[in-house]
Amino acid sequence: MTKLLEQIPRLRPGFRFQWEPAQNAHVLLYPEGMVRLNDSAGAVLKEVDGQRNVADIVATLEQQFPDAGSLEDDVSEFLKDAEQQHWILFS
Amino acid sequence: MTARHAMPTGDRPGIGPPLWLLAELTYRCPLQCPYCSNPLDFAQTQQELTTEEWVRVLRQGREMGAAQLGFSGGEPLVRQDLPELIAEARQLGYYTNLITSGLGLSEAKVNAFRDAGLDHIQVSFQASDPELNNAVAGSRKAFDQKLAMARAVKEAGYPMVLNFVIHRHNIHQMEDIISLCERLGADYVELATCQYYGWAFENREGLMPSKAQLEKAEAEVNRYRERLTASGSAMKLIFVTPDYYEERPKACMNGWGSLFLTVAPDGTALPCHSARLLPIDFPNVRESSLHSIWYDSPGFNHYRGDSWMPEPCRSCDEKGRDFGGCRCQAYLLTGNADNADPVCSKSPHHDRILAARQAADHATAGLEELTYRNTDNSRLFFRG
Repeated sequence: MTKLLEQIPRLRPGFRFQWEPAQNAHVLLYPEGMVRLNDSAGAVLKEVDGQRNVADIVATLEQQFPDAGSLEDDVSEFLKDAEQQHWILFS
Repeated sequence: MTARHAMPTGDRPGIGPPLWLLAELTYRCPLQCPYCSNPLDFAQTQQELTTEEWVRVLRQGREMGAAQLGFSGGEPLVRQDLPELIAEARQLGYYTNLITSGLGLSEAKVNAFRDAGLDHIQVSFQASDPELNNAVAGSRKAFDQKLAMARAVKEAGYPMVLNFVIHRHNIHQMEDIISLCERLGADYVELATCQYYGWAFENREGLMPSKAQLEKAEAEVNRYRERLTASGSAMKLIFVTPDYYEERPKACMNGWGSLFLTVAPDGTALPCHSARLLPIDFPNVRESSLHSIWYDSPGFNHYRGDSWMPEPCRSCDEKGRDFGGCRCQAYLLTGNADNADPVCSKSPHHDRILAARQAADHATAGLEELTYRNTDNSRLFFRG
């Protein structure tokens, strides 16, 4: 199995990620459902574009949040959880 | 890291925005399912909203924060302006769901809707085999058409939700139903046991499964779910059990006027699609803006909060969890919508639920004895 860092996450077909001003949050929309994301989950999913692998996403986020230290564990853990929830797929 | 936020508050303290908008475009439908949630007197409804009126509703809803939009009915496909409404909704940023019987759908329409921006099509079935399916739907060609359309939906790349309304005449088919869904490649399967409103309340005795039937079905669903998990399948089974077999009521619509806003074909705005049966004056989008309807109308404020509650709800420590249950069910079973939902074992009217359970153990009525949902039968309900 390829290491998680080298895998490329993408949203599952039928899922949409967008900013909702009324909720002041990013949300994930799917058939007849919606998850309101907290700031960190929103920041990670915003970078999930089906092009870049997890290592690239971690690097981008570490650049965005220089005071946060290493984000590899947090981001990996969240993406694994998101996969289990069937929000995203890895390729 | 947890991903979820608490729910937001809207323009008024304590009242959140209507995140879910259900657009019931029409009560017209080619099928006659005897558990239809439309009002019994639907044939009395005059004058559906025009395209322009629906567009105005969609814009107002989106401005208030609605993100999920359902196009339903009746059969929404009978509206010729559906592609236009889909395109408008998608452009506004809604996640758009089409809830359809599949009748009147074609491969060309499935693709045209996708190009217009439709996110998801839910196809409903009545059973896992053509004979029973068509008998329940009151249509000889329904099953084959549904199968063809489910395949077309999948082919076009939509996420696929298949919905089965479950009752005493098809509850023995759980395994066959789920296996059919697996073959069709469904992502979600809703096995929704009848909720007894509208036509389903009228036909309750002929629809409600017995406790034994229900337990057997639940065990079958659980076994199948384990098999799916073991095989790594992402198909999700959602089994909605009837609240008539519960001892505590459901938190209906997550609370009155809390998340859901339904607009009926004639523009009547409702806190849920059944609320029309209540003796409450509900506002119409032809006369008021969605914003004033949601935040300021007496209809939508009627059962917000808990100051309206009589006993046993008033002093109940669970009232914040279930809001006293369902107002429509309280009205249908006790004649007063303020009462506790009789599903609750603390309700003084709980005996009505127990009597329905008992009747379900002894029911013998066949499908042919049900009152089917069609225009002729509907006229009987308002001519009196």
